[in-house]
Amino acid sequence: MDRRKFIKAGLFTSSALALGNYTNIYPYLASSLSSDYDLVAIKGGEPEVMFDKAIASLGGMKNFVKKNQKVVIKPNIGWDVKPELAANTNPKLVTRIIKHCFDAGAKDVYVFDHTCDNWNRCYSNSGIEKAVKDAGGKIVSGESESYYQQVDVKKGKRLTSSKVHELILESDVFINVPILKHHGGGKITVGMKNLMGVVWDRGYWHRNDLHQCIADFATFKKPDLNIVDAYLVMKRNGPRGVSAEDVITLKSQIISTDIVAADAAAAKLFGIELTDVPYINYADELKVGKKDLNKLNINRIIL
Amino acid sequence: MNATVLKKIRVAVSLLFFLFTISLFLDYRNILPPSVYSKVLFLQFIPSFIKFISIAGLGAIGFIVILLLTLFSGRVYCSSICPLGTLQDIVSFVSRKMKKRKKKRREFLRYEKEKNWWRYSFFALAVIPFLGGTILFINLLDPYSSFGKISAHLFRPLLIMVNNSIAFLFEKMNLYIVYPFEYKGIEVFSFSLALAIFLLVVYLSFTKGRLYCNTVCPVGTLLGLVSRYSFVKIAVDEKSCKSCGICERVCKSNCIDTKKKTVDFDRCVACFNCFDVCPTDGMKFDYGFSSSSKKNQQNREETRVSEREEQVSHSKRNFLFNTLVYAVGLTGITLSQIKITPKKESKVAVFRKNPVTPPGSQSRNNFTQNCTSCHLCVSVCPTQVLQPAYLEYGLLGMFQPRMDFQTGFCNFECKRCGDVCPTSAISPISLEEKKLKQLGKAKFVKDNCIVNTENTDCGACSEHCPTKAVNMVPYKNKLVIPEVKDEFCIGCGACEFACPTKPYKAIYVEGNPKHLTAKINKEKKIEQKVDYKEEFPF
Repeated sequence: MDRRKFIKAGLFTSSALALGNYTNIYPYLASSLSSDYDLVAIKGGEPEVMFDKAIASLGGMKNFVKKNQKVVIKPNIGWDVKPELAANTNPKLVTRIIKHCFDAGAKDVYVFDHTCDNWNRCYSNSGIEKAVKDAGGKIVSGESESYYQQVDVKKGKRLTSSKVHELILESDVFINVPILKHHGGGKITVGMKNLMGVVWDRGYWHRNDLHQCIADFATFKKPDLNIVDAYLVMKRNGPRGVSAEDVITLKSQIISTDIVAADAAAAKLFGIELTDVPYINYADELKVGKKDLNKLNINRIIL
Repeated sequence: MNATVLKKIRVAVSLLFFLFTISLFLDYRNILPPSVYSKVLFLQFIPSFIKFISIAGLGAIGFIVILLLTLFSGRVYCSSICPLGTLQDIVSFVSRKMKKRKKKRREFLRYEKEKNWWRYSFFALAVIPFLGGTILFINLLDPYSSFGKISAHLFRPLLIMVNNSIAFLFEKMNLYIVYPFEYKGIEVFSFSLALAIFLLVVYLSFTKGRLYCNTVCPVGTLLGLVSRYSFVKIAVDEKSCKSCGICERVCKSNCIDTKKKTVDFDRCVACFNCFDVCPTDGMKFDYGFSSSSKKNQQNREETRVSEREEQVSHSKRNFLFNTLVYAVGLTGITLSQIKITPKKESKVAVFRKNPVTPPGSQSRNNFTQNCTSCHLCVSVCPTQVLQPAYLEYGLLGMFQPRMDFQTGFCNFECKRCGDVCPTSAISPISLEEKKLKQLGKAKFVKDNCIVNTENTDCGACSEHCPTKAVNMVPYKNKLVIPEVKDEFCIGCGACEFACPTKPYKAIYVEGNPKHLTAKINKEKKIEQKVDYKEEFPF
């Protein structure tokens, strides 16, 4: 048995362990399994099914959320459009993530976004407000400057300070749940671009080299977990979209603790060259994470 | 019927109308369904009248109902439907409670002569320029619209302040139950106007009851003239009346003269306070043109004649004044070229030739001719893009709302302003129609654009564009730069609001004086076959 075969076999057994529904037989097993994967990519299932499997292969939510912790989830709720237009994160996925957080013992789970369209309408028409409430989470407004605190971005090149939503600063666990889609200025929007929704003044980023600012901010706060929703993917006219004609059903999901890796994998999934998305390269240079997927231990799951 | 019951009914009805009307303006969270608005405001005289003359229809006959009501039983509108009237009653009520000493209380209200010079001047000020095509003075004098401005610029911010203080306290306890409201609409001129009207109304009602309604208010004057012919009139029963003067001291309109035993029914706002307090059943109703009614009328006529000499001397001045106002109305001083931002940083100064009017307003003309600037749309607009104009519509269009893309942009999925407008300034339209209503067209100013000046990506404008009329097209060095396709643009201002350049925007909306219809940006379904069993591309 050569080394490659050994690794393949290892991958196979571990994914078999992760994929098989052993949690019912040995409930402690999933949580006790600590994972060595840098990134999990999964496709072919419904958002909540894919999340169950993918998070299990990372050792379950218990690896990220401890008892009585305060969790903040940041989906993309930027636009006042219906879920089928894929401009906002899939509400079913949000519900499932919150459920996992509570199962892991989270005390409170907060969800917010600093929206582009009117926030009340975004929250309700995206279906996310209902999804959060149904799951027992708390939906919070991002539409008031009083929620945002001034912070220094020490490693930033262009962005050296920013006003950040207090929930991001105060929570124990930060889970980033972007949706993958086309984006006019950013080329694509995934994990790092989604963090634009936790700051107050986005105009500054646009004025001062958008791509550099996106990478700069990622040096300030790396989410504990990035869950990329690529179930429905807007291929053009992003990030708002014009109609459902812009959307394809990709049925995929990417999970990683490395935001740069997650974005790089999402870019490949989207079908865009990494060189065409400057912020991923800038973030790699700033050592926020690794864009080179060949150097990562990836669990690829096809349902 | 026992007439004292009438007072109780009047108080109940007026409070109901007041609470309903004010809650429309205070509903900054858009909780009330739009259908409530037209029902509550159906009877508001001026808005209904304006609506009627531009689109006659059943929804606009509220003012006719009021005229008929007045012809039947006097100024019921003033006593219980007009929100500004009830506001004055509340102030008077407080005033009476505060005047503890009997003597002071006695002096609070008593019979006063009518102030006809003032009254008809204000009336002419509202009517004559309006005939000349200028609605400004109606906007300044209409009691409903004044109440609207007071609610929108004083009560509403106050409520938001309370809300935000509570939200702040909760936030400190890590509770996010009450959300702070990011209030953007501090418009100095409208605020000052609202405050001025409010102070005037409060002062007059605190000291003189309903003096405002019988001197300043043109609706009061008009309904007063109509009420001369009312079928049912309140009068003094000469046999029973002992001229004790108690009724005089509760008469908000100061229109009962107990010495002469007359009621100046022109000024009576049908509040029934007099019935309530009269110890001798000295108040009565006159029906039709009964003899006592004529007697009352005669007494009144005599007083009028004696007051007339004074009036005549004023008539020339009055005429000149009105001619002047009329002339102003005709010339229509305009000053619509307003700089979008005052500082200097981005190079090219941007001017908007035409202000942008809200969807459903059809055209600038239709809007400015029919809007009474009650600021209800300003109050309910969820994005706060609707703000009172300063001089964008010219001097005579002051305070009428406009789309202010510095404070917000028109939400693609919203048409609330048209649903709530009580006049025909903004007509209700379907959402499908609204999404294609072109209020203006986006103009791209390349010399101000970040992509061109800084050589970095931006795309904020295109990002926010709901129809992708603003599209990013290849530029040098793999950059993309906006391009506007006029035919898809609806003029919602999302691009202008989002554009980060300072002080001048690199993209702005030039208003269409007449709204047009945009084309649907229809693209073919994106073609990409997805094989769910295929390996990942990494």
